[in-house]
Amino acid sequence: MTLTLRIDPIACTGHGACAEVAPELIEPDEWGYPIVSPGPVPARLERAARKAVATCPVLALRLQPASERPSRSG
Amino acid sequence: MSGTRPLAQAPTAPSRPAGGSTRVLPPVPGAAEDLRAHYARNGQARCRGPALIRAVREAGLTGRGGAAFPAHVKLAAVAQAGGRKVAVANGAEGEPASAKDAALLYHAPHLVLDGLQLAAEAVGAAEAYLYTDPRHAGPVERCLAERADDIPVTLVEAPPRFLSGQETALASRVSGGLGLPTFSFARVSERGVNGAPTLVQNVETLAHLALIARHGPGWFRRKGTPAEPGTTLITINADGHQIVTEAELGTPLASLITDGAAVLIGGYHGTWLPMAAALTLTLDNQALSRHHAALGAGVLAILPHHACGLIETARVVRYLAAESAGQCGPCLNGLPRIAVAMAELAGPQPRRGTVQAVERWAGLVTGRGACHHPDGTVRLVRSALRVFGAEIRRHAEGRCSATTSHPALPLPPADALPLTDEDWQ
Repeated sequence: MTLTLRIDPIACTGHGACAEVAPELIEPDEWGYPIVSPGPVPARLERAARKAVATCPVLALRLQPASERPSRSG
Repeated sequence: MSGTRPLAQAPTAPSRPAGGSTRVLPPVPGAAEDLRAHYARNGQARCRGPALIRAVREAGLTGRGGAAFPAHVKLAAVAQAGGRKVAVANGAEGEPASAKDAALLYHAPHLVLDGLQLAAEAVGAAEAYLYTDPRHAGPVERCLAERADDIPVTLVEAPPRFLSGQETALASRVSGGLGLPTFSFARVSERGVNGAPTLVQNVETLAHLALIARHGPGWFRRKGTPAEPGTTLITINADGHQIVTEAELGTPLASLITDGAAVLIGGYHGTWLPMAAALTLTLDNQALSRHHAALGAGVLAILPHHACGLIETARVVRYLAAESAGQCGPCLNGLPRIAVAMAELAGPQPRRGTVQAVERWAGLVTGRGACHHPDGTVRLVRSALRVFGAEIRRHAEGRCSATTSHPALPLPPADALPLTDEDWQ
């Protein structure tokens, strides 16, 4: 199953821990908030992705099936 | 609350001839339609329940709140969900350049309330809400008292904020929380008001639905284009006035607007087009999308020849930055920077590199909010950079097209901007 990393942008406070443990997948923007590389997580980076999810101090990251999408409207 | 829309103190009368396209609005503008006048004009609904969802699909009705999402998809999604369900009529209309929901709730409240009953019944909702600006609550409450509805309707006041009509903000407010956007891994149709599957439809969408329940999909398609059937309400902002009118989708824009330097289409999350280009187009998303524009909630805002598109855009972007809920890092950090840079471009001799900085921040905030506020704001900004390129060069030389300091686009007063939690209630 292909997985993608998703951020809850309201929960995220820009600690930057995710970008430190998974720099191949997550890069901080100029304000310290994570930019997640779009698309499915390559199998070789799945471990790093799980580590990023576990590292987030506010539980703002999630690894979920690529088919699911977050609610975004308006 | 009336201060939120300085150019539309009272619900705007549809004072422009609608070219025979009147459907949801009464044909003769004037007083609010009471229950008797409503039934005299519209008769009783003949199609209900699952058959109505099929009729809405065949009619090709799309949401009139801005996103133009097929109405039957949301109806079917909530109808298929189990358990306790909720239906909400969205009349928040936080957009300062739009007055069409206010006009509709004023002139044809019973058509909207019929639509809410029919939609709630079709999806199996046991409770219904009308979410609207506090200014309309009184008249609508009197209308509710006139009716004998099967599904009880509760009025919920929408905070006078740009984002209060956003679906997740609506669900939060109707649940008793603040009218702020929320983030969820589920859709509102799956988990909305108090966690229940929730149908949210714009009040105008519900009015069209109520007419489809009476006259059928074939009748609905007699107006509009094959791809975008029906009529739509639009708000024309020109010369400091707002006019609400109803027009067929596919109507030539040249029959609705005539003079000006440019027109902002779709509202403050919309797109500037040079007037010459706009006058060759029609009022439908198929035509507008070829020019990176969309109808949105039906706003047309004219930039007069004596105004400056950069000054007007900078005013609006400052407002949009202040109306950010401030919950998502990229929006919180990016929008104020974009607003300050746009103000610099609107002034004399902006520094070199300011346009590039705006473009970089625009890219940085896109797609990174819980709601579409950063994306919509950036859409407006990018269209301004495209359309007002000559004006940017003029400003670089210390000149400007504006011959008056009088603002062209409607905005609430600066002291109406949100500061505390109470401003989102």
